[in-house]
Amino acid sequence: MPLIELKGIERVFHLGDSTVHALAGLDLAIEPGEYVAVMGPSGSGKSTLLNLLGLLDRPNAGTYHLEERDVTTLTPNEQARVRSERIGFVFQSFHLVPRLTAAENIALPMILSGLPASERKSRVEQALANFGLENRAGHRPDQLSGGQRQRVAIARATIMQPAMLLADEPTGNLDRHTGEEVMALLESLNQNGVTLIVVTHDQVLGARARRQLAMEDGHLKHDSSLPPSPFPLPGQ
Amino acid sequence: MKFVDTLHFARHAATGYPLRTALSILAMAIGVASVVVLTALGDGARRYVVDQFSSLGSNLVIVLPGRSGTGGFNPANAITSTPRDLTIGDAAAIQRGSAVRRTTPVTVGTSEISFGGRLREVMIAGTTAEYVLIRNFDIAQGRFLPDDDWNRGAPIAVIGAKVREELFGATPAVGQLVRLGDRRVRVIGVLKASGSGMGMNTDELVLVPVALAQAIFNTNTLFRILVEARNRESIPAAKAQALDIVKQRHNGEEDVTVITQDAILATFDRLLGALTLAVGGIAAISLAVAGILVMNVMLVAVAQRTGEIGLLKALGAPAHTIRNAFLCEAAMLSATGAIIGYFLGVLGAALIRYAYPVFPAYPPSWAVVAGLGTALATGLLFGVMPARRAASLDPVEALMKH
Repeated sequence: MPLIELKGIERVFHLGDSTVHALAGLDLAIEPGEYVAVMGPSGSGKSTLLNLLGLLDRPNAGTYHLEERDVTTLTPNEQARVRSERIGFVFQSFHLVPRLTAAENIALPMILSGLPASERKSRVEQALANFGLENRAGHRPDQLSGGQRQRVAIARATIMQPAMLLADEPTGNLDRHTGEEVMALLESLNQNGVTLIVVTHDQVLGARARRQLAMEDGHLKHDSSLPPSPFPLPGQ
Repeated sequence: MKFVDTLHFARHAATGYPLRTALSILAMAIGVASVVVLTALGDGARRYVVDQFSSLGSNLVIVLPGRSGTGGFNPANAITSTPRDLTIGDAAAIQRGSAVRRTTPVTVGTSEISFGGRLREVMIAGTTAEYVLIRNFDIAQGRFLPDDDWNRGAPIAVIGAKVREELFGATPAVGQLVRLGDRRVRVIGVLKASGSGMGMNTDELVLVPVALAQAIFNTNTLFRILVEARNRESIPAAKAQALDIVKQRHNGEEDVTVITQDAILATFDRLLGALTLAVGGIAAISLAVAGILVMNVMLVAVAQRTGEIGLLKALGAPAHTIRNAFLCEAAMLSATGAIIGYFLGVLGAALIRYAYPVFPAYPPSWAVVAGLGTALATGLLFGVMPARRAASLDPVEALMKH
């Protein structure tokens, strides 16, 4: 049973008079626990795919089954609930709330979903310990290093124990060494069972994943889990 | 999202931008403070006037000729169509009432006064020596009308300060003979300048014995009879006695109207109450302005925190959670501003009382309730639009603005 099943996904943007097919006729299945890298040049539709997978955007055509449930027909509030419980986001620019401390940022998804304060407290403490942020709990984002910020963001993304983590260029704003650490952290989460989908244009980073998807002009050009395509990616 | 958490989140958001928050709170505070201070001024003016009135011959009862008011149909009215006039005799008779301290007849008309080639139109009041006591007038020069027979119209006059100035200029007025209508009268006194009072400007008044005035105007009727009750408690008794005595003298016909100072006071009370309301309404406009400012601030907040709103949506916040958070923030700004403004207003009113101890500037409680209520209502009302805008943002676009 696949975690994610996309069939005939179309996503069209209208820019003035011209129409852009960001995604066209996309079919994709991802099993639970997979580690997938989505790669491709900018404008290839990889971010649009990530937004669709994260229920931030709706396709113009096609179906999206998440855990065997058709989520394209859900109301916005139901989709918000799915995001809250099943999906964790990690962004390139961290997206931490600047006025909140590290601990408060980590607790934010639980506050939004209405979990009781006592449970929030114990889970945040656990998360701070797991991500090596114990002595950074009371620091605001501007008092944290880039790596620490992304660790806070990952702790926030996983605090609701989602089924999948969607990471959009998670190391894009980090130096090589810190990026390495963050990737190792995400991979260790994947080893514990979370489905990890990373969007990147970095070939080296993408090569770490067990499965690579190459996007171009809204099409899935290459899927490493399928038999080799006649157009192999350069560098492979 | 739990309500407590929404409050907490909104408070965090508001304190995260101290200058913007402080400015909108200040605007709301000024609005509420101005409502409190202005209504305190208006209500203070009302109390002041009422106090002044009660200290100034408040035991006054006034008898007017003619039946007015809601007496209903009286068979006697059908027989005698015109009411009987008030006479000097009526005024003298009222004097016998046990609750009456003193009484004075007044007859009023206009005529010309001339002296040394100067001539002007004046209002002439025919009255008696008691008038000056009942109305608490002060004499600047000479003396007032002598206390003698009311039916004896001695050719003497007491003139107002302005009349004296216009006729005599720098020369002394007392003892001079002036022409009043077709009579020659001697000026025996000048009233102290006081400005207007009870509809008649006493500075432009000429007072003569009541019988003389009646002779000048060729009439034997009175304009009013002023009655002073013995004290405040005896006003109703004095009113009843005056009515009773006149009724007896007029063959049992109730053809006069008796009003008390209290009735006039009540009118003033209503007038100044309406004034306070109007001033409060004007001040409430500043509350609406403050409400619009809160809306602006919240719109700026939505624009500034677009990335954050996108994040909240990505983290699974449904639209209503985001709307409530922003609405709550707007309500907090308004409520904090309203409370601060209330205390500023109370302080302002206290300062006015301190500077002018005679002026009782206390804000009326209805104004305080209405001011605070309007502040909260406008804050919430104007908060709805920005909150809805925040809730309806597209998460993908919102996330890109960071």
